[in-house]
Amino acid sequence: MNIFIQLFLSFFQIGLFSIGGGYAAMPLIQSQVVEIHQWLTMTQFADIITIAEMTPGPIAINSATFVGTHIAGLPGAIIATIGCVAPSCIIVLSLAYVYTKYKNLSLMKGILSGLRPVVIALIASAGLSICKLAFFKEGAAGFGLEFLDPQNLIFFAAAFFILRKWEPSPIKVMVGVGVISALLSFI
Amino acid sequence: MTQMEEKKKPSKLQMYAKMFASTFTLSMFTFGGGFVIVPLMKKKFVDELHWIDEEEMLDMVAIAQSSPGAIAVNGSIIIGYRLLGVPGALVNIVATVLPPLIILTIISYFYAAFRSSPIVSAVMRGMQAAVAAVILDVVWNMLKGLVKEKNVVKYFLLVAAFIASVYFKVNILIIIVVCGAIGTVDYMTREKKAKEGEEQK
Repeated sequence: MNIFIQLFLSFFQIGLFSIGGGYAAMPLIQSQVVEIHQWLTMTQFADIITIAEMTPGPIAINSATFVGTHIAGLPGAIIATIGCVAPSCIIVLSLAYVYTKYKNLSLMKGILSGLRPVVIALIASAGLSICKLAFFKEGAAGFGLEFLDPQNLIFFAAAFFILRKWEPSPIKVMVGVGVISALLSFI
Repeated sequence: MTQMEEKKKPSKLQMYAKMFASTFTLSMFTFGGGFVIVPLMKKKFVDELHWIDEEEMLDMVAIAQSSPGAIAVNGSIIIGYRLLGVPGALVNIVATVLPPLIILTIISYFYAAFRSSPIVSAVMRGMQAAVAAVILDVVWNMLKGLVKEKNVVKYFLLVAAFIASVYFKVNILIIIVVCGAIGTVDYMTREKKAKEGEEQK
């Protein structure tokens, strides 16, 4: 199949099924981009989530641009982004039409409420993949204790503690850890 | 004189330009996604420009949050549609996606060249740990909200979806459709019971 059609269809699915906003798109992106099409490695996927956290704009749009550029240059980025927003466009406009007529969104509210636990579980599942990547040494042959990366485990524990205790902006925590990690690499 | 001009209703072209510029700026400088940008949209279009009244805005936010996709994109679609119809919605989408599209295109081109540098590699490696912590923090907060609901069906869906995804590698779309259907039926039955309870009183 043509690569542009594939990009469009993949990101259309991501746009259509990421219900609940924010991180809900993350597991879908991982499934489409890393597992099904293998356009990105798990490390590249973690990088794009990191970059998306630090740049403005939704994760899904950021990923669409990154993957699109990676696979097929600027036209790929544009096609993937259009694919990503097309379902929103159709559904929001239809809902707006229905809503102005009936002033009722109970079915959508029902679906949204029913999906919340699923969305949490899937975000946790994608988070687990990133944890595995972060906790074990790069290029490790397996997930045995001897492959654990102690420096990253300390970074993780410290970052989590700081986020829970003082609730700073995630960007500050990530930049802080990134800088410390770069400084330590010189030693 | 200037005040008089401001009070005059803007022409359509002026509205397109103003809406595009407002949305573009919001999208360019808003970090943290939909939950941050929607209140800022309200501030701009309701409090500053007075183009939309407060109650209407609340309904629009509800629609944006109930639709699939990024909330920032949904919010700008509905605001554009309300102000200038379908062409307005399309113009506002472009204003929303253009900043991330430009920024990420530039980063993508540099990424390939820089990722092999040892310093960039060390930065990204450390940030993986931080991003894992950020995601865990998000999940923790969402779980706290869910636990308050005290709904056994939801606990079951949470555990079932997690196991299906992590241990059985079930296709994520199947998990969303099946668990979403169960959750929706559960919501509808509870709503119906609540209504019947009210009627009996």
